[in-house]
Amino acid sequence: MSNVSLVITAAAGSIAAIAGGALPAKTRVWAAVVLTWGSCIAALVGALAVLHTGQSSVLNSSQILPLTGVTMVLDPLGAVFVVVTAVVAIASTLYWLGYASHGLSTRTASAALPVFVTSMLLVPTAGSVATFLVLWELMALASLMLVLVDQRRREETRSAAQWYAVMTHVGAAAILFALVLLSAHAGDQTFAAIRVHAHHLPTAVRNTAFVLAVLGFGSKAGAVPLHVWLPKAHPEAPSPVSALMSGAMVNLGIYGIVLVGDRLLGGGPVWWWLMVTALGVVSALFGALHAATSTDLKRLLAYSTADNMGLVLIGVGASGMFAASGHRAIASIAMVAALLLTVNHAAFKGSLFLSAGSVQVATGTRDLDRLGGLMRRMPITGAVFMVGALSIAALPPFNGFVGEWLLFQSLLHGLPTSSTAVAIAVPVGVAALALTGGLTAVAFVKAIGVGFLGRPRSEEAAAAHEVPRTMQMGAGMLAGLCVVLGLVPVIVLPALGRAAASAVSGAPATTLSGSVDLHLAGLQGVLAPALLAAGLALATGAVIALRQLARRRFTPQPALRRAEPWGSGRELQTARMQYTATSFAEPLERVFDDVVRPDRDLDVSHVSESRYYVEKVTYWTSIGDVIEQNVYRPVISAVHWWGQRARALQNGSVHRYLAYGLVALVVILAVIT
Amino acid sequence: MTIRSVLQAMIHPHTATNDLGAPPAAAVGVRHTLGGSLQLRHVDAGSCNGCELEIASAFGPAYDAERFGARLVASPRHADALVVTGPVTKNMVGPLKKTFEAMPEPRMVIAVGDCARDCGVFKGGYGVAGAVADIVPVDVQVPGCPPRPEVIIQALRGLTGR
Amino acid sequence: MTGFQNVVAAGLVAGAQIVTVSVGGLLLVGVMRKVRSHLEGRVGPPIHQPLLDVRKLFTKQRMHPEQASWVFGAGPVVLVATAVVVAAISPLATTRPPLGRSADFFAIVFVLLLGSVSLALGALDTGTPFGGMGSSRAMTIGALAEPALLVAILAMSIPAHTSNLPVLVRMGLAHPEMIASPARILALGSFVVIILAESGRLPIDNPSTHLELTMIHEAMVLEYAGPDLGLVTLGESMRLTLLLGLLVNLLVPWGVADRPGAVSIVIGLGALAGKVALAGIAIATFEVFTAKLRLFRVPELLAGGFVLAVLGAVTALVVR
Repeated sequence: MSNVSLVITAAAGSIAAIAGGALPAKTRVWAAVVLTWGSCIAALVGALAVLHTGQSSVLNSSQILPLTGVTMVLDPLGAVFVVVTAVVAIASTLYWLGYASHGLSTRTASAALPVFVTSMLLVPTAGSVATFLVLWELMALASLMLVLVDQRRREETRSAAQWYAVMTHVGAAAILFALVLLSAHAGDQTFAAIRVHAHHLPTAVRNTAFVLAVLGFGSKAGAVPLHVWLPKAHPEAPSPVSALMSGAMVNLGIYGIVLVGDRLLGGGPVWWWLMVTALGVVSALFGALHAATSTDLKRLLAYSTADNMGLVLIGVGASGMFAASGHRAIASIAMVAALLLTVNHAAFKGSLFLSAGSVQVATGTRDLDRLGGLMRRMPITGAVFMVGALSIAALPPFNGFVGEWLLFQSLLHGLPTSSTAVAIAVPVGVAALALTGGLTAVAFVKAIGVGFLGRPRSEEAAAAHEVPRTMQMGAGMLAGLCVVLGLVPVIVLPALGRAAASAVSGAPATTLSGSVDLHLAGLQGVLAPALLAAGLALATGAVIALRQLARRRFTPQPALRRAEPWGSGRELQTARMQYTATSFAEPLERVFDDVVRPDRDLDVSHVSESRYYVEKVTYWTSIGDVIEQNVYRPVISAVHWWGQRARALQNGSVHRYLAYGLVALVVILAVIT
Repeated sequence: MTIRSVLQAMIHPHTATNDLGAPPAAAVGVRHTLGGSLQLRHVDAGSCNGCELEIASAFGPAYDAERFGARLVASPRHADALVVTGPVTKNMVGPLKKTFEAMPEPRMVIAVGDCARDCGVFKGGYGVAGAVADIVPVDVQVPGCPPRPEVIIQALRGLTGR
Repeated sequence: MTGFQNVVAAGLVAGAQIVTVSVGGLLLVGVMRKVRSHLEGRVGPPIHQPLLDVRKLFTKQRMHPEQASWVFGAGPVVLVATAVVVAAISPLATTRPPLGRSADFFAIVFVLLLGSVSLALGALDTGTPFGGMGSSRAMTIGALAEPALLVAILAMSIPAHTSNLPVLVRMGLAHPEMIASPARILALGSFVVIILAESGRLPIDNPSTHLELTMIHEAMVLEYAGPDLGLVTLGESMRLTLLLGLLVNLLVPWGVADRPGAVSIVIGLGALAGKVALAGIAIATFEVFTAKLRLFRVPELLAGGFVLAVLGAVTALVVR
């Protein structure tokens, strides 16, 4: 049955792309969206069937791709990622219906978006190296075209697309090397064959393949220091595309690491997973810090994606470390935690990006320092953003809390029975988890508080009004999922348990159980999210009742009076006197000054008559990405320098070019013989 | 201040009526609403700071107004009564009105000192806009230039009833 | 006991704990002010003064800034609601509180964090610079205190193989030598620093300051009036009591009811009140002799707390 659904997915996606490219302006977006929904629903059905039964399905065809054929295998691990992608895609394309009038209705965009969605749906189902690489490349190219949609209007979009193009292809090259290395040594390019031969491979090959895979897939997932494309490309892309990239595409980087490390190579030595955990810790801290100090709403969300992917990598790394030490049960729980974090992230980040897109459409800006007062002007978007932001800050009763709790429990319980290296890594992991949690809370209180609350800081914000229904529904759908997953996480846990079991070989199938509570098998750890939420709701109701009851003793006055805010009696209070995003993050920026290294400039101009009187003071501050400035720019300069020197080879003389050809031919002949 | 004296003070608490007698009679309705808790926000509308010194002394260790349930707070939103000192200068008319408007109902104004009552020695000055009662409605007036801390405390006790 | 009786009993225990924490919290604040006053050479307000203050506040008018949204009013409500939930499920009077099986330390910390975040959002909704300043500083301090807190919980959870709070308290009662272990002592030392940070006491924040630029928590509530302010006062005192209650029950668990029964629970509540009062007196005494730290020195103090917690975790792993 899943085979049929995969075929339908691919077919519907292709027809959607053709429809989007061929139809006239009025119908192309609708047609593309509906057909993409068909593709998503087919994939969803097939994946849910696999998750329900726990059995994989295989589809072979030698006709579609020449030389290698197409092999598709849908197993529980891949099915989880397919479900996540499908749900995010349904919400994003629904949002696209309302957003289309803002520049996303061109032929290119309408054709590229279905291609993007379909290739993302099919990547986790790839069963051979060739299939995987073709789909991966399709995904990269389609997303690149979508990032470039706005390029005529903004210079930054072109630059962002360049960075994205180069980095995704460097990553793809690393993945290519890794997979080709494995298939060359295994003799066959299907994943099943590689799995069988994996244990016979020499250690050097296994290590090289894994390191290259981590680098390539880590770059796609946004792991620091390979993340520099993320804060450039995600903000510049149109919002439904950003939601898809952050909510579905980066997950595939995680899928790739688990694929190569666990499914293809069958697990490895502890240092592999220590490396992944270290990468996760650095990403989480760096991403959270930059999210906390960022004033561009979408850049904040992009760095937060890097942060969350870091947390997932910590989970994956912990799982691998525990498995390598022989503790399969706790390794399985850690993997479930990582998968749950991925699912949660897709839900809340997708919703946040879509809401941020709504804000951008309503006000024309993404700069937090120019927003404010939007909660009253855009109540639904504000409420949806708030749900997403509270979820990502891991606050009960939403889903982020359950995921972080599970990760913490897996780290706690894996500790006493592990080796020294692990025993040092885990407290570091917990401290990193805690600090990123705190920094994320700062970042999102800032985003909600400065962006939506208080008074509007600019004309555009004051003039904002609510966005079309489809946009509200798209964002709201994912926010609703955050609430549902927070109250009853048990609807996804058995499926994640099966997926984790297929990833961590030899683990017991169901490790989590319980309908209302969340019990952990073999350990003492219980959480009842629904009861906690019920308790909170009850307490909130009781407190409100208490507040209203007390009014009865009151002499009749307006019980609630609206007045101007208290400003120490000053005569004039403007909206510009409020805290901005920059000022909100300033204490944190000071504490982490060495890591963040802001650029500052202060320019004082004096009155012409006397140097004692100041006419104007201009303060300019900017926070760039230290890794981009200190690691990438020197590399780029070196490449430029090398390119300049190489121009000396092209002097225009045909004789010299012929000589080059002759020398090259001689060398090749010598090498072949 | 030795440990012995602290322990003695805790075992034999000094009741308010020992030195100051019973609280003075005042509007029973006000006391009923406040119920022994009075939060005060101080506004200096243009005084010479003499009254401020006396108020500070009233809340200090010697006279200790806090034992009667009065407390100084930072924001008029938290306050039940404004304590206003000094004649109201022209620049302070707006801020005084805003401070009064910022208080939640039921609210009161206590004018402390002769300047707050009728501009005192500053009557007719070029910077003075008027007495406190000309700007905001005054409920309690404490005469004196400056009033002694005991008199200030008696005024407060009249409101708290303790 | 039947299921229904169990539910009623659990409800009564929860109610008793909630009432003790709310009323007792305000009394605790009164006791702390009394101790401060005596050490300053004054008589000070009576111990029940905060109760009178809150009662009066509930009869006053509510005031909202003109441009504020629903978030402003929701801030204090959520603050108190989270404190109520934590009071109901924490092992304060008994080692078997209602929903005790899911009274995970981690969960309780995050529920309290929900309360702080809601107050910070309410402060930002005022549209005044004070609100932004207060919430910025409070969130920064909270963010820097979190690593210390979670690693301290880790340090306490490792020897007990669980992070479930009632189990931790029960193990402390059953195996007193676990309390004297260096891991727990270091973790609780770190916890003390965190309590001072989270409840806004000296040397991190002066709760009775009038100078807006020195305020951290107080700046967030400058705009609240009437019942909203009453809820904020109540919520803050409940949080302090809850944190101190958890501290004393982890450090000195004797007196906590281990068996079900009305008498033992009443004894448990009494023991809690006594222990928390002693902790409060200790904090108030410490406050009199401490000056407030400069805001940009607070991260150093929190880093010190973090180091204590990490030492505790390492000790817990090494000494098994």
